[in-house]
Amino acid sequence: MMTSGWTWYVVILVALNIAGCFWLLMANVKRRPGDPAPEDTSHVWDGDITEYNKPLPRWWINLFYITIVFGIGYLFWYGVGPLRGFGHWSSKSEWALDKAAEDARLEETLKLYAGKPIDVLAKDPGAVAIGRTIFADNCAACHGSTGLGAKGFPNLADKAWYWGGSPDRVLETILKGRNAVMPAWGTVLTAQGGPLAVDDVVAYVQSLSKPGHVEDAAAQRGKALFGTLCIACHGPDGKGNPMLGARDLTTAHWLYGGSKAALHQTIAEGRNGIMPAWEPRLGETRVRLVGAYVWTLSRHDDAAPPEAAP
Amino acid sequence: MGNYNDKVVRQFAVMTVVWGVVGMLVGVLIAAQLYFPALNFNVPWLTFGRLRPLHTNAVIFAFGGCALFATSLYTVQRTCHVRLLSDKLAAFVFWGWQLIIVAAAISLPLGYTQGKEYAELEWPIDIAIAIVWVSYAVLFFGTIAKRKVKHIYVANWFYGAYIITIALLHIVNNLSIPSGWMTSYSIYSGSVDAMVQWWYGHNAVGFFLTTAFLGMMYYFVPKQAGRPIYSYRLSIVHFWALIAIYMWAGPHHLMYTALPDWAQSLGMVFSLILLAPSWGGAINGILTLSGVWHKLRTDPILKFLIVSLSFYMMSTFEGPMMSIKTVNSLSHYTDWTIGHVHSGALGWVAMISIGSIYAMLPRLLNQQQMYSVKLIDTHFWLHTIGVVVYIASMWIAGVMQGLMWRATDPDNGTLVYSFVESLNATKPYYLFRLGGGLIVLSGMFVMAWNVFKTFQQARGAIVAQPVLPADAADARA
Repeated sequence: MMTSGWTWYVVILVALNIAGCFWLLMANVKRRPGDPAPEDTSHVWDGDITEYNKPLPRWWINLFYITIVFGIGYLFWYGVGPLRGFGHWSSKSEWALDKAAEDARLEETLKLYAGKPIDVLAKDPGAVAIGRTIFADNCAACHGSTGLGAKGFPNLADKAWYWGGSPDRVLETILKGRNAVMPAWGTVLTAQGGPLAVDDVVAYVQSLSKPGHVEDAAAQRGKALFGTLCIACHGPDGKGNPMLGARDLTTAHWLYGGSKAALHQTIAEGRNGIMPAWEPRLGETRVRLVGAYVWTLSRHDDAAPPEAAP
Repeated sequence: MGNYNDKVVRQFAVMTVVWGVVGMLVGVLIAAQLYFPALNFNVPWLTFGRLRPLHTNAVIFAFGGCALFATSLYTVQRTCHVRLLSDKLAAFVFWGWQLIIVAAAISLPLGYTQGKEYAELEWPIDIAIAIVWVSYAVLFFGTIAKRKVKHIYVANWFYGAYIITIALLHIVNNLSIPSGWMTSYSIYSGSVDAMVQWWYGHNAVGFFLTTAFLGMMYYFVPKQAGRPIYSYRLSIVHFWALIAIYMWAGPHHLMYTALPDWAQSLGMVFSLILLAPSWGGAINGILTLSGVWHKLRTDPILKFLIVSLSFYMMSTFEGPMMSIKTVNSLSHYTDWTIGHVHSGALGWVAMISIGSIYAMLPRLLNQQQMYSVKLIDTHFWLHTIGVVVYIASMWIAGVMQGLMWRATDPDNGTLVYSFVESLNATKPYYLFRLGGGLIVLSGMFVMAWNVFKTFQQARGAIVAQPVLPADAADARA
């Protein structure tokens, strides 16, 4: 930052500059002896351009003086350089006062909702309204302003819950965050089942969510490989394990896309899904409120209907 | 005695119109992108982030710059009663500046930027600018030095101050260490970097977009009105006050940031003190019309010049108000700022330039008047209506955004709106703004046509104009 030497340099220049303006005005307000008359136009440029020498408008002079006087007063009140202002103002203290006032009101509000489960809060329109604003400001960046998600970011308005859909599990997901890891299986699978191993597993995984569940030859080969590696997390029937965030593969809620190519990439190269922990940023009660709003997104039957999306 | 060098003036005048059309066309495109995001066609070179600096550079330094080169080189010859110092230097300044503009138009869409607003161009182009600018200074002051009139006309003080200050600002703000042919790092860091940048940025407004165009005003308003300047005394006072105080106003761009509080207070105070000096020029221009107000009924060029001064007064009132801490906490980062900039840039800078070009061009081409005076009037109305639509929609949008961002529910202390909601609320105003921009652009096309036809009409009629004799009546000390 600036040294105090530079600070004084600036302060002195400022003082000289303001004093200079003052002098400029004082020196030019009145006509001096020998000045040309106001209507005198003796100079001529370019054939026809001339100048009067009329006095400065009085209101303009006064406006100038007023701003100078105000400016000096302002600097004394707010401080300049090393001179602390009489008003003891600082942007930090202004912010702190504002924040304290808002926080006090917020605390009163949050008291009403502290510790309540999100499915209970979801029935309180006031709670949901606050949750909706928190969602729009914090969650919408990834999950979309209507909670419909995007590639890699779960849709919150459907019935699929990777980490469990009970009120406590949803709350935990938001409070503590989640770290979903699908390892890269390409090398391992190829070593076990040959060059087409990944394609075979893709065929099997795709068959799981298809109606009728028909397994062709590739899918059958894939099933065998699936049984040796994937069942650890996704289970023998592919129904997943919400404790690990392992998806239920028998439904078609694809987070990274359900095409052959997308699934191939998911299985061969792995995926990393990170839901940040929101408790440190929002605090527990506000997480509960946003949880209540999220709860309403997928449960139009047994909760207050969500308001129109922002 | 010889003749004036009007070739370079004609060249710059034509390029003023060309770059005006181009710069505003890019402006309309990015305004449209804000409403229809698909209009970047998924092409990196056409994305908002790259075209926005192209728009600002094109309208300020290409359109505004060419207008200033044209009028300053015209004015300095006419009011010094002498030909330009050097024809070769004049040609160098013209072609050098055009080359710089083309380099900007290529490098900015390619993504080369220093990331400093209004100083985006990378170091090789910055060096070229410095060279051309110093050449321009030699040309301008060299011409003043060999003048045949004792007194330096007021327009030339303003042009002179702008030329010196822009050189200083440009060089200091662009000091950087190159790390490749088109990459570099600023020698400043942290809040010092921010302060230097906005010392530059605000004085680019103050000296490029204000002082220089006041020079334009001081020649073309009395010329077009056929009246003496209202007050020589006022011109002295407001000139010195303006250039002394403008230098300090930059920190108002950094309110409520990491800049030390007292430096922010200084920026605000000097911005307020700047009000009277800014208005001094407008008063001097408008009162010059005393006794000939009726000319506004018949002369659309005079309408351009006088309405530009009205916009100037309005935005130089608005600016100090926006620098007040309390107002700034509402207006900063909103579209209000965009509205303010455009009331200055389209209302003041563009209108005074357009009026001056219309006034100057027939004289350069040995014609009585432009091809169509009626089309000048059409342009005047298109431009005025377009600007009003533009700035009104940005005012409403900006104040609304500021209020929405800060709104807390009085009952429970939570935020009432999310950012997304303020964007949705702004959307209709972006459509109005696009409409306003389109109207202004259509006016520029009318101007281009009128200029083209005037050149066509003047084919073969252009004659070099003789330098006026030294002023015999210049007896006063």
